[in-house]
Amino acid sequence: MPDATRQLPAKFDAWFAGRGWSVHPHQQAMLDRASDAALLLIAPTGGGKTLAGFLPSLVELADGAHQGLHTLYVSPLKALAADIKRNLRRPVDDMALPIRIEDRTGDTSYTQKRRQRADPPHILLTTPESLALLISYEDAPRMFAGLQRVIVDEIHALAESKRGDQLMLALSRLQTLAPGLRRVGLSATVEDPPAIARMLARHPDPCPILLADPGPAPDIAMLQTDAPPPWAGGGANYAIPAVLEAVKQHKTTLIFHNTRAQAEIFFHNLWLANTDDLPIGIHHGSLAREQRERVESAMVAGQLRAIVCTGSLDLGIDWGDVDLVIQVGAPKNVKRLVQRIGRANHRYNAPSKALLVPANRFEVVECVAALQAVQAHDLDGDPKGAGPRDVLCQHILIAACAGLFYADDLFAEVCSVGAYAGLTRAEFDACLDFCATGGYALRAYDRWKRLLLTADGKWQLRDPRAALRIRMNIGTIQDTDTLKVRLKGNFKPLGEVEESFAATLTQGDTFLIGGQIVRYDGLREMTVEVTRDASKTPKIATFMGTKFANSTQLSQRILRMFAQDDWPQLPAHTAAWLGLQRQVSKLPEVDRILVESFPHDGRQHICVYGFAGRNAMQTLGMLLTQRMEEMDLQPLGFVATDYAVLVWGLKPVTDAAPLFRAPDLRAGFETWLSGNAVMKRTFRGAATIAGLIERNLPQARKSGRQATFSSDILYDTLAKYDPNHLMLQITREEALRGLVDFGRIEEMLARTAGRVDHVGLERVTPLAMPLFLEQGRIALAGAGRERLMEDEAAALMAKVGLPAD
Amino acid sequence: MNSYAFTLCGTRCQALPSGALWLPEAGTLCVSDLHLGKSDRIARRSGVMLPPYEVQETLDKLADDIGATDPRQVICLGDSFDDLAAADSLDGAMRLRLTSLQAGRKWVWVEGNHDPGPVDLGGSHLAQIEVGTLSFRHIATSATAEVSGHYHPKHRLAGRSRPAFVVDAARIVMPAYGAYTGGLDCMAPVIRQLFGPRAFAILTGHKALAVPLA
Repeated sequence: MPDATRQLPAKFDAWFAGRGWSVHPHQQAMLDRASDAALLLIAPTGGGKTLAGFLPSLVELADGAHQGLHTLYVSPLKALAADIKRNLRRPVDDMALPIRIEDRTGDTSYTQKRRQRADPPHILLTTPESLALLISYEDAPRMFAGLQRVIVDEIHALAESKRGDQLMLALSRLQTLAPGLRRVGLSATVEDPPAIARMLARHPDPCPILLADPGPAPDIAMLQTDAPPPWAGGGANYAIPAVLEAVKQHKTTLIFHNTRAQAEIFFHNLWLANTDDLPIGIHHGSLAREQRERVESAMVAGQLRAIVCTGSLDLGIDWGDVDLVIQVGAPKNVKRLVQRIGRANHRYNAPSKALLVPANRFEVVECVAALQAVQAHDLDGDPKGAGPRDVLCQHILIAACAGLFYADDLFAEVCSVGAYAGLTRAEFDACLDFCATGGYALRAYDRWKRLLLTADGKWQLRDPRAALRIRMNIGTIQDTDTLKVRLKGNFKPLGEVEESFAATLTQGDTFLIGGQIVRYDGLREMTVEVTRDASKTPKIATFMGTKFANSTQLSQRILRMFAQDDWPQLPAHTAAWLGLQRQVSKLPEVDRILVESFPHDGRQHICVYGFAGRNAMQTLGMLLTQRMEEMDLQPLGFVATDYAVLVWGLKPVTDAAPLFRAPDLRAGFETWLSGNAVMKRTFRGAATIAGLIERNLPQARKSGRQATFSSDILYDTLAKYDPNHLMLQITREEALRGLVDFGRIEEMLARTAGRVDHVGLERVTPLAMPLFLEQGRIALAGAGRERLMEDEAAALMAKVGLPAD
Repeated sequence: MNSYAFTLCGTRCQALPSGALWLPEAGTLCVSDLHLGKSDRIARRSGVMLPPYEVQETLDKLADDIGATDPRQVICLGDSFDDLAAADSLDGAMRLRLTSLQAGRKWVWVEGNHDPGPVDLGGSHLAQIEVGTLSFRHIATSATAEVSGHYHPKHRLAGRSRPAFVVDAARIVMPAYGAYTGGLDCMAPVIRQLFGPRAFAILTGHKALAVPLA
């Protein structure tokens, strides 16, 4: 129950009054409920949400009586921690409160970190990974003993990933170290607040939810341009003059992109067209820290008119006077769109202003559907599954780093985390056994167990030096292996690219990074060496950004729109494009699967429109190509988008309907699961989190020669000799839920019930065209690939006059 | 036949798709860089416990090659064990497996940088061995008519990278045969400079595929 309305101390009243502010109702409510064990606040960005979270801490600390750590603030972003520190200093300094505030992230210096453990500040601002590291130290009980409050900011963002699970496991540890700990969650608008509340509270504690006034409806529209968007591609180049014009008309504009590569290309082209030299910056996760920080501080100082950015700016950093948000590319997910729009106009009660810029004609349709959904307040989202066990394995290793522990105690603690409330003791013991012995059917590591059971029943590390390696590999962010990019002879890196991207580069290739074109010179000590290049057309930077799957709700809206006779709500060019598709082929329908087949560029293609979201369509691609392999159609590869999968191969498909028989697909799914690339990628992620594969080694990586081998080999070996191993169970579970998403394939099969329309064509159709420019093509290792390799080998040997065999 | 036949300094050779080299006239099968016991060594040194099945996987593959060629002599061309302690800790079943593979044929452990001393596992332990016109040693020298391993060469073809033999008129560098072995692109200077301009690579996999090296 809330306490009676709490009066703010006079000092605070005076401070609010001095700034011409009054306390928002939800800020007052947070104060009134300050003694609740758990509390969730849902408020739009700019509603004084962070201050609402901190106000009770500031009041409690105002008399200077509390010694040591009082409040822990956890946010998903390092930048957010730094930003909050800046903003929190203002009231603290203005009121001369005796409060020490510090941040602690991966970027904090070693000396500073050591000092923080010995003498923690009153308020510590950190990230889930830095917190996990903190609880791995033996002195954690001393550091956290007096902890009163923990504030989890942007909890809706953490809830979507394993970072949230790791954080909640860490909080269960903190709750043991500081039994009186109160939890506060701050969230943007979400579709299912009670789910977030269950995640936050100690199970089975209740968690009241406070809803702040959502403010006026956003002013949101699709950007009108003279030039129509292209048939395909993600660059939105056509919109650059109109975007520049919009930037000129506003004080500060955020220009969001869905991937880093798109952000880079757009930024580059924006600068080529920026004849007025408007100050415009770029910000994304692949850029070097120095460069990101430069942009952040220029933004805070009001020196930039626009920032081209990705999800790295998604969260609630206060960038000051942003008065326009532009979303380039389809938003994929209505909830995320609403949250991004909320970044504009931080003055409460002023409507946010946003423009959607579709990158191609299909995205025009997606944007219109998303606009309709926003107007209907139709947020989307999928329920989250049980707590992932790879994260639990890492948590067990972290516990072992901190000191000896009883399995019973740790199990009880873990079960107090909402997501792990249903964990059975057997499941927990399997994770513990994995950490201790590897958990293999072949008990091979008797002498080299990682954890040992002491005589009095406690678990401990066999070799205390292992703690160093475990700490170095803490975290659940699944970044692919990246390489630093450096200008030749220059020490400071420009940023990072994926190893797989670097592997495709040959000397002289050019690509974009940090808004400039560079030429690849070579790989040196795991660093990509480049020189500046004056050319204007780079080889595209394909390093990854987040790829979101289109939500079910949005897909359904699009299909409903396709069914219309004409499309008055769409721009003429897009309506004409859909009309053309209807004329040369068909438009996909809700209750039928449309398959188009056509030759292109020397390969036979089929394009399957299933509208099941990117992950499920990817799985469908796997299953279809497996069946095609069995039928000797020699498929070579495929690429999936949210709405379709495009398969290419050496032989044409004459009748597609048999490919979609549900029982065959399901049976194929079982055999397929064990041996496919998505599973291997999922395995790599899970095995890395669980501590089977180390991302970071104590000595810096040298040349990689002979030292590393592919995690695929580990997967294949396990699948062959130990198919029930914990890591394979986790991989399967996770693939089913996320990357594989067989649930949405089932949903597609149910809604289409075997109705397959196969249209044979002479050339690529309007609707299939965007797929040819999609990234993320998956090459298959089947008969077709073998034939291609043999042909290429024979051709090369013939050229030099050697016999091929 | 899925293997690739060629002649080196007068000796007929077949590169098998598994990564083994078969000399039909001498009845000799050669494999290099088995790295047996790698998972044991990693567990001992770092606490990370990889699936402990790589010895089984590697010996299964070797048993298939021995079954197919029935060699009079098997040469393990160095780095057969990830280190000498890993050789000592090989479990009973795997020792038995090795013994049965060794039965009825000559077995030579050529020493490598990972396993510089003799092992307690039958067979003879040598620094190098001559077969026909060819010398077998772990690390390539400037001598000709030489077969060596050590570098774990791989080669990329049609977008795929696979372990590969690298061959010219003077020498062969063998691919790593062990299950848990990484590799180095054979265009890397440290490998490429061992060979003349008319070198080629033979990729392992489903079928041994020969391609010229640029």
